[in-house]
Amino acid sequence: MASNHVLVPDAGGLYCPAGDFWIDPLRAVPRAVVTHAHADHARSGAGQYFSAREGLPVLTHRVGTTGEFNPVEYGEPFRLGQTRVTLFPAGHILGSATVRVESEHGTWGVSGDFKRAPDPTCTPFQPFTCDVWLSECTFGLPVYRWPPTEQVVGEILDWWHGCIEAKRPAVLFCYALGKAQRLLAELAGRAPGPIWLHGAMQPLTDCYREQGLVLADTRPVSAAAKGYRFGQDLILAPPSAAGSPWMRRFPKHSSGFISGWMRIRGHRRRRGYDRGFVLSDHADWPGLIDTVADMQAQRVITIHGNGEALAGFLREQGLQAESWNLRTSLQTPSSP
Amino acid sequence: MKAFAHLFDRLDRTTGTNAKLAALVDYFRSAQAMDAAWAVQFLTGKRLKRLVNTRELRAWTAMATGLPAWLIEDSYEQVGDLAETMHLLLPPGHSDRDTPGLADLVEEQIQPLKTLSDEQRRDAVMSLWQTLDGSERFLFNKLLTGGFRVGVSKRLVTRALAEVAGVDSTLITHRLMGRWQPTAAAFEALVAPASEADLDTATPYPFFLASPLEAEPASLGLAHEWQAEWKWDGIRAQLIRRGGETYIWSRGEELMSGRFPEIEAAAESLPDGVVLDGEILAWRDRQPLPFAVLQKRIGRKKPGPTTLKNAPVCFLAYDCLEWQGKDVRTLPLGQRLQHLGHSMSQSSALQHARPIDFSHWRELPALRDSARERGVEGLMLKRLDSPYRVGRTRGDWWKWKVEPYTFDGVLIYAQPGHGRRSGLFTDYTFAVHDQDALVPVAKAYSGLTQKEIDRLDRWIRNHTRERFGPVRSVEPVHVFELAFEGIQASPRHKSGIALRFPRIQRWREDLQVRDADHLDDLKRLLKSGGKAI
Repeated sequence: MASNHVLVPDAGGLYCPAGDFWIDPLRAVPRAVVTHAHADHARSGAGQYFSAREGLPVLTHRVGTTGEFNPVEYGEPFRLGQTRVTLFPAGHILGSATVRVESEHGTWGVSGDFKRAPDPTCTPFQPFTCDVWLSECTFGLPVYRWPPTEQVVGEILDWWHGCIEAKRPAVLFCYALGKAQRLLAELAGRAPGPIWLHGAMQPLTDCYREQGLVLADTRPVSAAAKGYRFGQDLILAPPSAAGSPWMRRFPKHSSGFISGWMRIRGHRRRRGYDRGFVLSDHADWPGLIDTVADMQAQRVITIHGNGEALAGFLREQGLQAESWNLRTSLQTPSSP
Repeated sequence: MKAFAHLFDRLDRTTGTNAKLAALVDYFRSAQAMDAAWAVQFLTGKRLKRLVNTRELRAWTAMATGLPAWLIEDSYEQVGDLAETMHLLLPPGHSDRDTPGLADLVEEQIQPLKTLSDEQRRDAVMSLWQTLDGSERFLFNKLLTGGFRVGVSKRLVTRALAEVAGVDSTLITHRLMGRWQPTAAAFEALVAPASEADLDTATPYPFFLASPLEAEPASLGLAHEWQAEWKWDGIRAQLIRRGGETYIWSRGEELMSGRFPEIEAAAESLPDGVVLDGEILAWRDRQPLPFAVLQKRIGRKKPGPTTLKNAPVCFLAYDCLEWQGKDVRTLPLGQRLQHLGHSMSQSSALQHARPIDFSHWRELPALRDSARERGVEGLMLKRLDSPYRVGRTRGDWWKWKVEPYTFDGVLIYAQPGHGRRSGLFTDYTFAVHDQDALVPVAKAYSGLTQKEIDRLDRWIRNHTRERFGPVRSVEPVHVFELAFEGIQASPRHKSGIALRFPRIQRWREDLQVRDADHLDDLKRLLKSGGKAI
């Protein structure tokens, strides 16, 4: 890696030599700047954590309270070694951030994950200018184009109404952190029946509520009376619950999954869900491209996901672009 | 088109059979007959003749989206379905516009494409891409590209039609056989009350299919209530002799008239009003020839004298479905065989496949083990008092196939699958040792569990060596046991051999690459005529 790199892949994340810190490391390091609390970005074991103030409660819920936690305000620069670091809202989940690192080698911007679509549970994405933009690329192909959120929420409500008519429980799978709460915020005041939460979603949802976010009312599934049929109800559960014995309490249910992956029919059919709802907390292809323009970077590095297509496309547009695989930095050089 | 798209959405949005059945019944009851006729056509797996090639479709997608061709290919690799890829890439259409019905779309817009110039064709398709939206556009693309699988079986469609018509589903199956055409009149006849008049003389009967026997034959009960036959390795076919005409139908319901002139000539000796079930085989000197010889005939619509001489065929009859113009399928097998005997005068191209003599179940394993030497696939076991049923009904007909050959091969290439397996590496190439190298010998797609597929997919992504388009070469680490049915020499393959129907038997995580088989082991099999290891 050239010496003028502000950031280099290391420990499953990125290392900044000038500032002696890591961004989203997956291994224990002395000093970590954490963009958000999802497990592929935040791990326990760092000596010091720097993360957006809004995201701290969720982060400590996920990684524990061992270590020194430094809350950071969006848009307020702080010094780390020979660099000036600023966090900006990423619009991904509550308290998610992008990172601007200014050093004598230039200004680099790093996304953890981000989206451009509106989300009532987090501060909207805010672009900033940088020389090099390290962009996530989870949905880095032009087939990924999200429908408007309102349309998808409408589809979910239509499906739920249909389930009520057929007296079937509507079981909706989604990620326990971020997506579940975003949906609950969208459904606030519009739910046609009770909403139940899988145990894994309860504490995180409480975290959101404690920070003053208005979410639709929910009850824990564990509190349901024995033999209760859930015939009018919506049940939110993480994808790991699909096919588990836990599902037996919802006889004749209809199942749905909320995810950007549901844009592809084969992905839904392979998982055996009845319905797929295309609602993502990541940027879609147009969102990725627009963000590159907004950041005004001359060089783009794609990370997190299969970024070769996006990098190739940007090169054809006259930008410098390449793809980094951060995961390989986790492997020790001697392993085969 | 809106009604058909709505049906598709309902079928696509449930995994439950009853919900699918209800959606089909609702559609067939409410749709225009002409539209419903095309819906039957597509849902039962029939395709339109391809009028636009995929190269053109890709080019037009590039034109309509402004995307480079390679990015469209990358997208296709992820989606695993060209029709869907194009639909997802194209800018949203105008969903507010009125769209033609299914029959109008097919007959007025799609079929006329063949008479248009290249530019006109492009303009027609691109304009429909703007008019149609959502499932309608996806389905339009599916019709253009041919394949049409929406998670309903032909049997389910038949059940829905039977419910609409108020007749037995076997009658619907029969009415759909042969030369059924998607017209309004044909749909109305399809869902009409029962009558004998609606079948044309070329119409074949639905085939009765055997199920694989997993247990020992003795589990079937008393040996004398059963008949054993060889399981021939050819093309299942129905031979119809009615009104002085001969018709030969394949099990895929393809009319094969003209392809097997020697069988048709021999059929002229049959009495009128006879329908026989049997197998077409490459045949010489009272013996079947390898399937590879028959393959020389399969594609030939009008075989020349050389082909006729080098690859002679014969129809081996083993059941009689119609006798003296009467449907005799409900008679017990024993009686049907008597009719079969009466109808036949043996000739080289039309023969009576005699049952195998046996009196005790214990005689059968040895007979089955001799299958390879005899050039057959194994044994058929049929209950003597059973009627000729429809489709894959379990209980009366069993196939007891010989154990497949197996070998241990090394995974060297992987490629993403399609449909349900899109975006996952599920199409694998396996190699065996040849001196110091690994030489590819088989491609296989089936045999792993979803869990194994997911695990292997992750491994492949992390251990890719090189990419050639969608194909990835991987580190040779994993060994799999593969099964196959036969082997033949093939100058087209680097290994010099071609395996028939290879599939994965299991993942041999206990084996190292050095434990995999050698090409010489397989070639030895070739020398022995594929008869014994």
